[in-house]
Amino acid sequence: MKRVLEVLRLLMETAVLVGASLMFVSEAFGEELSAIRQAELRYLVRQDCGACHGLTLQGGLGSPLTAAALAGKDDDGLVATILQGRPGSAMPPWQAYINGAEAQWIVDWLRAGGQP
Amino acid sequence: MKRLVWCVLALLAGCSTVRGSGDLGVVIERASGSVQVVEHSGETRLGRVEGLGDLSHASVVFSRDGRYAFVFGRDGGLSKVDLLERKLVRRVLQAGNSIGGAISSDGRIVAAQNYQPGGVRLFDTDTLSPLADIPARDEQGTPSKVVGLADLPGNRFAFSLFDAGEIWLVDASQPQAPKVKKFQNIGRQPYDALGSYNGRYYIAGLYGEDGLALLDTWAPESGVRRILAGYGRGEQKLPVYKMPHLRGWALAGNRAFLPAIGRHEVLVADGTNWQEVGRVKVHGQPVFAMAEPSGRRVWVNFAFPHNDTVQVIDVPTLTVAATLKPGRGILHMEFTPKGDAVWLSSRDDNKVVVVDTATLTVRRELAAVSPSGIFFSWRGSRMGM
Repeated sequence: MKRVLEVLRLLMETAVLVGASLMFVSEAFGEELSAIRQAELRYLVRQDCGACHGLTLQGGLGSPLTAAALAGKDDDGLVATILQGRPGSAMPPWQAYINGAEAQWIVDWLRAGGQP
Repeated sequence: MKRLVWCVLALLAGCSTVRGSGDLGVVIERASGSVQVVEHSGETRLGRVEGLGDLSHASVVFSRDGRYAFVFGRDGGLSKVDLLERKLVRRVLQAGNSIGGAISSDGRIVAAQNYQPGGVRLFDTDTLSPLADIPARDEQGTPSKVVGLADLPGNRFAFSLFDAGEIWLVDASQPQAPKVKKFQNIGRQPYDALGSYNGRYYIAGLYGEDGLALLDTWAPESGVRRILAGYGRGEQKLPVYKMPHLRGWALAGNRAFLPAIGRHEVLVADGTNWQEVGRVKVHGQPVFAMAEPSGRRVWVNFAFPHNDTVQVIDVPTLTVAATLKPGRGILHMEFTPKGDAVWLSSRDDNKVVVVDTATLTVRRELAAVSPSGIFFSWRGSRMGM
C-alpha cells in the first residue's frame, strides 16, 4: 500500500513538473492561453468591448468586429489597435489588461466568428 | 363565502385582478433578448417577455398611460410590450442598428434613433406604422450616427450627430412632414445628450473635446453654446472603456451633475448660468450620474474596470458620502418614483439589487439573466425620459 502511494506521489509530482514546463513554453511562445483566460477574454470582448462594438459584434458607436468586417485588415494593425487604442477615435488602449499574445488570440477568435 | 366564489370564478375566467401600471417596470436581459416585467411596490418579478432580438444596449420609453414599454434593440428592432398582459404586442425591424428613442409630448409618436443607417425614424405609437424618416447627413452628404435623442414640448425632438458634430431640432407637430432646424459646429463627437425636466435645455456631451454643447430651446435663434469648456485643463485623458450616458436625471435642483470624459470626476454646473461650480473626485470613469428624485444625492456608477462600485454624492457638500459594492458589472440604476429605493443591475452576478436609499442597505436581490437597463413606468410622465 505504501508503495502504491509512493508511486502516486511520484506521478503527481511529474504531472506538476510537466504542467509547469508547458506553462513556461506557452508564455515564452504565446501559443496557448489557458482555458480560463480564453473564457475571460471571450466574455470581456462580448460584454465590455460590446458596449461600443455590440454584444453580437455587429458594431455600434464602434465599428463591427465580425469576421467579414475584419477581412482584409492585417493582424499587426488589429493587435496594435487593441493594445494602443486609436487616437482621435473612441477606441481606448487595452494594454493594461491584455498582453500581445492575448490580443493576437482575440484577433484569431474574431476571425473565426467570435462565438461565446 | 361569496368572495371565495368570485375568486374561483375569476380564476376560471382566466382574468387576473385589476391593477394599475404606476409601479411597473422592465429589466432588460441583454444576452437573451428578453425583458422581465417587475413591480416596485412589492419588489417582485411578474413575468418575462421574450423574442425581442438583440438587446445589448437596449433602452426603453413608456406610453403615457404606463401600460406599454417601447423597447429599442441594437438590431434595429422596435418592440411594443404590454406590461399588464406581459406580452409582445408588436415588433418592427426599423433599422440596422439602433440605440434608443423618445416619445412625443402628445404621446402619439415614438421616435427611434439609429446608428445604421444614421438618422431618426418616427412611428405611430398605436400601430408602429412608419410616419417619417429623417436621415442624418451632414452638408457633404456623409451619413452620421445619431445619439442623444430627447423629447421636447410641442411634439419636438432634439438629437445629435456623432460624426458630423451637429444638433438637430425637429418639429414633428405634423408627424408625416417634420421640420428640421440644424445647428452646426456644435463641438466634436457628441456622444449622448439630455433634455432638462422642463424641456427647456438640450445638452450634448462631447467626446472629442472637453466641454458640453447647450441649446436653450426657449431661444433657439441664439444658437448652441459651449459650457464647461476646457474642463480637462489640457491634461492627458485617461482611457474611457465605456461611454457615459446622459439623461434628465443628471439635474439635481439648480445644479447639473455631468460625467467628465477621461477624468475620474463628476462635473458640477450651475443650472441657470451653466458655469462650473465644482467637481467631485470619484472612483473611476463615471457612466451614469443620477440624481435621486429629491435632488439631495447623486448616484454614480463606473466604466470597466471599476464597474463593481457605486458612489453616492452628497449634493450640498459635493462630497462622496458612500461607496458601495453591490455586485459585479453594475450597468444601470433606476429610482422608484419618489426615491425610497434604487434598483441596480449586476450583469456579471446575474441579479438585480434593490437598495434602500435611507439606510444604503440591500433590501432584496432578484435573479435576472445578464441584466442591463432597468426602466420604471414613471418615465412615461416625464419630459426628457
